[in-house]
Amino acid sequence: MLELAVKGSKKYWLLVLALAGVAGIGFLVYLKQFSFGLGITGLSRDVTWGFYIAQFTFLVGVAAGGVMVVLPYYLHDYKKFGKITILGEFLAVAAISMCLMFIIADLGQPMRALNVLLYPTPRSMLFWDMIVLNGYLFLNIFVGWIVLEAERNGVAPPKWVKPFIFLSIPWAFGIHTVTAWLYCGLPGRGFWLTAILAPRFLASAFASGPAFLILLCFLIRKFTKFDPGKEAIQTVAKIVTYALIANVFFFVCEVFVAMYSNIPEHLTHLQYLFFGIHGHGVLVPWMWLAMILLVLAIVLLVNPNTRANETTLGIACAMLFAGAWIDKGLGLIAGGFVPNPFHQVNEYVPTPMEAMITIGVWAAGFLVLTILYKIAVGVKEEVTV
Amino acid sequence: MKNSRRSFIKIAGLAALGIGSKPVLNAFAMAEEHGAGAKAATHVGEKALAAKQWGMVIDTRKLEKESDFAPIIAACHDAHNVPNMKEKRHEIKWIWQEDYKHVFAEMESKYLNERVEKLPLLVLCNHCENPSCVRACPTQATFKRADGIVMMDFHRCIGCRFCMAACPYGSRSFNFQDPRPFIDSKKFNPEFPTRMRGVVEKCNFCSERLAVGKLPACVEASKGAIVFGDLEDPASDVRKMLKSNYTIRRKPALGTSPAVYYIV
Repeated sequence: MLELAVKGSKKYWLLVLALAGVAGIGFLVYLKQFSFGLGITGLSRDVTWGFYIAQFTFLVGVAAGGVMVVLPYYLHDYKKFGKITILGEFLAVAAISMCLMFIIADLGQPMRALNVLLYPTPRSMLFWDMIVLNGYLFLNIFVGWIVLEAERNGVAPPKWVKPFIFLSIPWAFGIHTVTAWLYCGLPGRGFWLTAILAPRFLASAFASGPAFLILLCFLIRKFTKFDPGKEAIQTVAKIVTYALIANVFFFVCEVFVAMYSNIPEHLTHLQYLFFGIHGHGVLVPWMWLAMILLVLAIVLLVNPNTRANETTLGIACAMLFAGAWIDKGLGLIAGGFVPNPFHQVNEYVPTPMEAMITIGVWAAGFLVLTILYKIAVGVKEEVTV
Repeated sequence: MKNSRRSFIKIAGLAALGIGSKPVLNAFAMAEEHGAGAKAATHVGEKALAAKQWGMVIDTRKLEKESDFAPIIAACHDAHNVPNMKEKRHEIKWIWQEDYKHVFAEMESKYLNERVEKLPLLVLCNHCENPSCVRACPTQATFKRADGIVMMDFHRCIGCRFCMAACPYGSRSFNFQDPRPFIDSKKFNPEFPTRMRGVVEKCNFCSERLAVGKLPACVEASKGAIVFGDLEDPASDVRKMLKSNYTIRRKPALGTSPAVYYIV
């Protein structure tokens, strides 16, 4: 099927070139970081994780979100999703590729990354994260490819692939659970030290991943001959609605506990994010913007008319994606590190170079996505003809 | 064509030989060092100081003026080639001075006694009995030794900084760039390794000095303000200090059980 990726229109090649170009620029900037060190970023002794790890966390969610179309099809035999499971799986592949690139970009000594395999340490959550992420990457490439190939050949997928599919479903929950456990098991980081972090991550994942999938379905329908189906999109929209409400509800629970208990260790981080403390508050406008975006998205999604209307549905999905990105990709990590263990405020702002590397990784991920979707859509077009 | 294939086979053969002979060579190297059949072992010097859990009592009553702190910090940072980074963000600190209200922020009191309110304190790695950093490290580059010291292997560290997120005391520093140009060449200590960019570092309770029978550099420079010894030994100096003075530890509620105690 790989040949489908190299037979494309001018538009396809332009997109591939553009993405490769941006990824290439990002890589060149990364070379600078590689030789100089992470000092080119805005990270500090106090805020030791920033943009890279935040993107990684957000994208694990996008990857896990793919399961929201896989699960109804395989476990509930919801036929309408049959056409788009592959889109969920390949989105997961692209998202996990980005996650792995962001982890490598974040390492101080990337050449030693394989020490994680050389000295396996099961007590470290990072060890398990490595296992679940790579496992999920493998499962989605493998299952996606086998099922798509069977579809192309006009036969049912082989029976032995079923166990892998069933395994991939709890595995999706696993990747985001373990990613949350990276943070919520750390003593002394009050912002993350909450049992609801993993459920909250999952809710945000099952909202932002499928929301992005809806946007991708709109693009595919516009630019190719493959139609994912109006009904399938509407069902995904319902899933997104519930997940988003759950996400906001979990966040409200979080805010209630911190505010009503009035325990400074938990409260100060929220204060920093939403109001600023000691005159520091670079993230304040962002956090409020995220809240507004998420609430507006709920309004548009809950209302049956605006959910059924594909224009407003698209707007809602875009708002949700942006809001969830700010929440996880900006607030969650920096908010956990500020104030520091001495209750001092040292803020974090990413540098332009750091942003360029980040954009480069996103471009590389979208390149993977473009190529995979080209193959998937190519097969779908063949089958319909 | 033929030529290149031949050279390829040659190189491949050599490479295979190289891989195959590595364990053999290792065995030879070991035999040379420790006698035939010996496994890699750590030599313990005759003068080495031993303990089950090294610990420290810092008597803040004896540390009041700037001139009390500076020599202690300098003794440590000079002994360990700690660089003096220009940017505050990239600071490397093994032992440093903080205010009481920041060090013991959770024990904040609205009306503090005048002395304590402005009390400067020394802070360093607590060498916790249950170190959360060790739990977090994915490569065991940071680990707890049998004598309680929480150590860093600068050569194994991948620079993921998970330990820095896990440390509730802000005791760890990261080399955001090559630290070597920032080491004062006049004070350079050739007996302690310098670090490279991209690895985490912190206080090691002067394990290299304990190994040759010396007390930690800060203890030596403190003129009695810092007492060091085995927390598990009831007859040790630290235990005597702990018995006769009221002491506090940082963030005891977190269950890490720091080995650094403060007399306030």
